[in-house]
Amino acid sequence: MNHQDMVEIRWHGRGGQGAKTACLLLADAAFSSGKYVQGFPEYGPERSGAPITAYNRISTQRCNIHSNIYEPDYVVVVDEGLIGCVDVTAGLKETGAIIINTAKSPDEVRPLLRGYQGRVCTIDANRISKEILGKVFPNTPMLAACVKVSQVVDPEKFKADMEESFRHKFATKPQVIAGNMKVLTQSMEEVQG
Amino acid sequence: MAHLDRLSGNEAVAVAMRQIDPDVMGAFPITPSTEIPQYFAQYVADGKVHTELVTVESEHSSMSVCIGAAAAGGRAVSATSSAGLALMYELLYVAASSRLPIVLAVSTRALTGPININNDHSDAMGARDSGWIQIYAENNQEVYDNYVQAFPIAETAGVRLPVMICMDGFITSHAVENIEMLEDQQVKDFVGEYNPEHFLLNSKQPLAVGPYDVTNYYMEHKKQEAEAMKDAKQAILDVAKRFEEMSGRKYGFFEEYRMEDAEEALVLIGSTAGTAKAAVDELRAQGRKVGLVKVRVFRPFPAKELAQALSRCKAVAVMDKCEGFSACGGPLFAETRSALYDLENRPKAISIVYGLGGRDVSTTDIKKLYDRLENIAETGETGEIYTHMGVREA
Repeated sequence: MNHQDMVEIRWHGRGGQGAKTACLLLADAAFSSGKYVQGFPEYGPERSGAPITAYNRISTQRCNIHSNIYEPDYVVVVDEGLIGCVDVTAGLKETGAIIINTAKSPDEVRPLLRGYQGRVCTIDANRISKEILGKVFPNTPMLAACVKVSQVVDPEKFKADMEESFRHKFATKPQVIAGNMKVLTQSMEEVQG
Repeated sequence: MAHLDRLSGNEAVAVAMRQIDPDVMGAFPITPSTEIPQYFAQYVADGKVHTELVTVESEHSSMSVCIGAAAAGGRAVSATSSAGLALMYELLYVAASSRLPIVLAVSTRALTGPININNDHSDAMGARDSGWIQIYAENNQEVYDNYVQAFPIAETAGVRLPVMICMDGFITSHAVENIEMLEDQQVKDFVGEYNPEHFLLNSKQPLAVGPYDVTNYYMEHKKQEAEAMKDAKQAILDVAKRFEEMSGRKYGFFEEYRMEDAEEALVLIGSTAGTAKAAVDELRAQGRKVGLVKVRVFRPFPAKELAQALSRCKAVAVMDKCEGFSACGGPLFAETRSALYDLENRPKAISIVYGLGGRDVSTTDIKKLYDRLENIAETGETGEIYTHMGVREA
């Protein structure tokens, strides 16, 4: 049964951008807040730069469905260049939202979204990442924006959990933890729409 | 005792391997099973297991490593997918006929060609007649639980057959979901020590493993192997019972889902059974008498039990994630329909080939199939018996 409280999220990115990692981190965060989670990628030919899709289901009950997600509540677009070549709003619920990595405003990108009437959110994830970390890692800002917009987990609890997992992930280079935390906080503040 | 975690199917199998701490792993990577030796190699490097990890140049060799290690008297494991399993083909028969209780994790994937990395069951189904026990999972929890049960089944005196623990590549192997893990000591106690009666490293009892078998004996040996596969049925149930006592999770040859008064049923294997359960729930809420049987143990095939489970149905669709090229239906269909033959009042049965090369199956697809079964149940007419689901016609 598709539970009433289930939130379904679809991620669009390119191989190598970390969309799958962001999807799995969101599953981690939701798990830590006591939810039942699914986080899974859909692979095509394995090559860097190819469009990839990843999915999350988050619910208070275990979900048995193991198909892809066709009517997501939220869509996260990690690479705005995919808009136009991938139907990113396909099946997206009007009650949900699309969150796009772009320097443009929501009003500027809405015309590109094939008449999608729901909430459109944007965030310049590349700039935030470049400014704070010195390199373009759009997945962490997009994850933060997704949490802020969807509220699928409590944003403050999310930040605490992420700090914990950064400590684990970057055990050998603790100097990058503060930067990544700053990326999270700033992304939550900057996301518009 | 048990603790909650979130792991992919591949991670869950690697953890089960760590908890079991086998003597030898024959390791060679292939998508989507690669993560299993990858995670396990980290456990070896960190000194968390005493396993000898043997990295080789092919799957033919990784299975050969397992055979050598198991013949020597050790516990041996490997993991593979698709063309890797195909390359093991010759050795699968050597392992089974030498009665070596090896455990092989298979993250199932389409076979070439055309080349495709995504999930279907054509690799494992191709090995169905090799003499290996085959146990399939719906999700990460099941593949973990099945893996923990594998050695006790394989090593049961009178069985001594290798076991394939299969999960759906990517759909299960790469999907992170909640899972209830057993404590390390629980697993170690459950699996226990392995003390083979005969093994190569026993200098007091020299023996040969795998020599030429003359016509005068060969058939007796194959009959013994066939008897072992029959005996595996009881061993699988005994181990499942013991597992339930430890974990509270119940397993059998198959899972019956809302079959109590079902008139229309699906028979299928793996992750799609979960999706189909959601469809069953929706249709049940509308008053439809539908259910499904998810086959867990394909070898040995539980023919009599499955026929019994389907005996009250009017129409059954048997779903194969494998073509088979028999020109008259997939392998699970052939086995299931054969099992139904001995029933006095047989349900009508159709063969559905689905999900090849990763073709997705939604609850909508499943509900359409139940509509077809409803029509068959009402009219008694099956229409075309062998069809493919979700294919665009040219």
